[in-house]
Amino acid sequence: MKNKISDETIEYVGILAKLELSCEEKENAKADMEKMLDYIDILNELDTEDVAPLSHVFPVNNVFREDAVSQRDGSEDTLGNAPLSKSGCFKVPKTIG
Amino acid sequence: MARRYDTVIGLEVHVELATKTKIFCSCSTEFGGAPNSHTCPVCTGMPGALPVLNRQVVEYALAIGLAANCEISRVCKFDRKNYFYPDNPQNYQISQLYLPIAANGFVEIEAGGGKKRVRIHEMHMEEDAGKLIHDEWDDTSLVDFNRSGVPLVEIVSEPDMCSAEEVIAYLEKLRMIIQYLGASDCKLEEGSMRADVNLSVREAGAESLGTRTEMKNLNSFKAIARAIEAERMRQIELLEAGKEVIQETRRWDDNKEVSFAMRSKEDAQDYRYFPDPDLVPIVISDQWIEQIRARQPEFRTEKLERYRRVFDIPQYDAEIITASKHMADIFEAASAICGKPKKVSNWLMVETLRLLKERNMEPEEIAFSPENLAKLVELTEGKAINSSVAKDVFERIFLEDVDPVVYVDEHGLRMVHDEGELEGALKCVIRENPQAVFDYRSGKEKALGALVGQTMKAMKGKADPGLVNRKLREMLSADK
Repeated sequence: MKNKISDETIEYVGILAKLELSCEEKENAKADMEKMLDYIDILNELDTEDVAPLSHVFPVNNVFREDAVSQRDGSEDTLGNAPLSKSGCFKVPKTIG
Repeated sequence: MARRYDTVIGLEVHVELATKTKIFCSCSTEFGGAPNSHTCPVCTGMPGALPVLNRQVVEYALAIGLAANCEISRVCKFDRKNYFYPDNPQNYQISQLYLPIAANGFVEIEAGGGKKRVRIHEMHMEEDAGKLIHDEWDDTSLVDFNRSGVPLVEIVSEPDMCSAEEVIAYLEKLRMIIQYLGASDCKLEEGSMRADVNLSVREAGAESLGTRTEMKNLNSFKAIARAIEAERMRQIELLEAGKEVIQETRRWDDNKEVSFAMRSKEDAQDYRYFPDPDLVPIVISDQWIEQIRARQPEFRTEKLERYRRVFDIPQYDAEIITASKHMADIFEAASAICGKPKKVSNWLMVETLRLLKERNMEPEEIAFSPENLAKLVELTEGKAINSSVAKDVFERIFLEDVDPVVYVDEHGLRMVHDEGELEGALKCVIRENPQAVFDYRSGKEKALGALVGQTMKAMKGKADPGLVNRKLREMLSADK
């Protein structure tokens, strides 16, 4: 593996993804990510100077809806997925703002 | 403080668009529904749900972009901004980072006695988050996703402002443009317009910018002005004490008039933006832009120019009236009906502004119809009611939008034009007030006022005070 993922990087990526990883999982993830970076290096060998970044592969654009209300009260279905609820709202640990 | 400091301010303004439905689903955007009643799998981030863009959002964004002299991006797309917070059910916000819909514009403001351009860096479309309510009872937070997915346009200015006065002039200008377009009601207090203030200070004349902070939770123009002054002083005091300003987001507490750090750089503001694969690119043609341009309303500058040509009202009145699109609409409609723009303008400039101020209301909240104002002008001009009755009737119009013709008749407020009845009342008043009559005849002009007042009272306020005055003079000099 040419690319090396440090302990700090794996720790940081874990925080961003809200994942708690065991030591073994961290080592596995490091190896996977190093492999991915090596693969990206292969892609980087190509000269893409004049190529616009591609975000979508299908030649489709301008898909719109008209601005008309068609949804009915969705609170029952929505709250059906709530582990905890109160007064029609999702109940979560205290957060500020 | 020995050194002088300059303040450098840039703004991020979020505006909730006045669409009927959310940006990516057909849930209603209406305010005040029961919690989570306006939700569906799309706006609550259910796996597999497919967002579809509301065309009206793009049209409003284009209209605002053009009105703010921006360049329109011919191809734009949406990106995901990833972060975890309970108000964000997808764990990403759909926004635009790489190709925002508009950029490089400006608006002109008037502040400090001169004109100034505030440049717009860029403008993009995005979705709003849900709302968190703190539950004091069991120390938890409650989440309502009705606001999740409501369309926003975020307008990012360049750091071109240097005082609270300029910031407020800029916000008022943006608000006016957007209200004229009908793209949002822009109420700071209700959160349909939100401004985050990026502020830094530097020693006067310094080339490079100081470290900036971002201030959130500013819910009124007054709060913005206070927060700017407090943050400027806080930063200067840090620098004077040889300390550093830390780049961070702060939350303003307007009751305590202080701000608190919300999060700093160390909390890893790493949003890992990437293109949203569910939403295809938007291609904006010349033709589409021209359609939007052709539909743009008459803005204030053109309106003022037209008022100058068409209506015989003072420039000052025209400026006040056109500052609110809603007030200008009422003025034009009422003037068209009664053909007396000067009278309509007077009602707006004096009584309307007084009642708005008394009730702490904005001109946008005026709820009466131009028809009823026009009828009131016709009643007073036709001498059907006198001016003090008219004031009372106007208050009913302002509060309840009553039909003044019906109201005046129901309450028997029409002026009495029966000269016989008036003369009877005058004779009676003259007989009962010998002292005032004597005083007037001895040259005390003031005494006439008391007699006019007595007569108006006897006529239950329904006489024409001018006529009473004239008749009284005649009778007092004739009977000598």
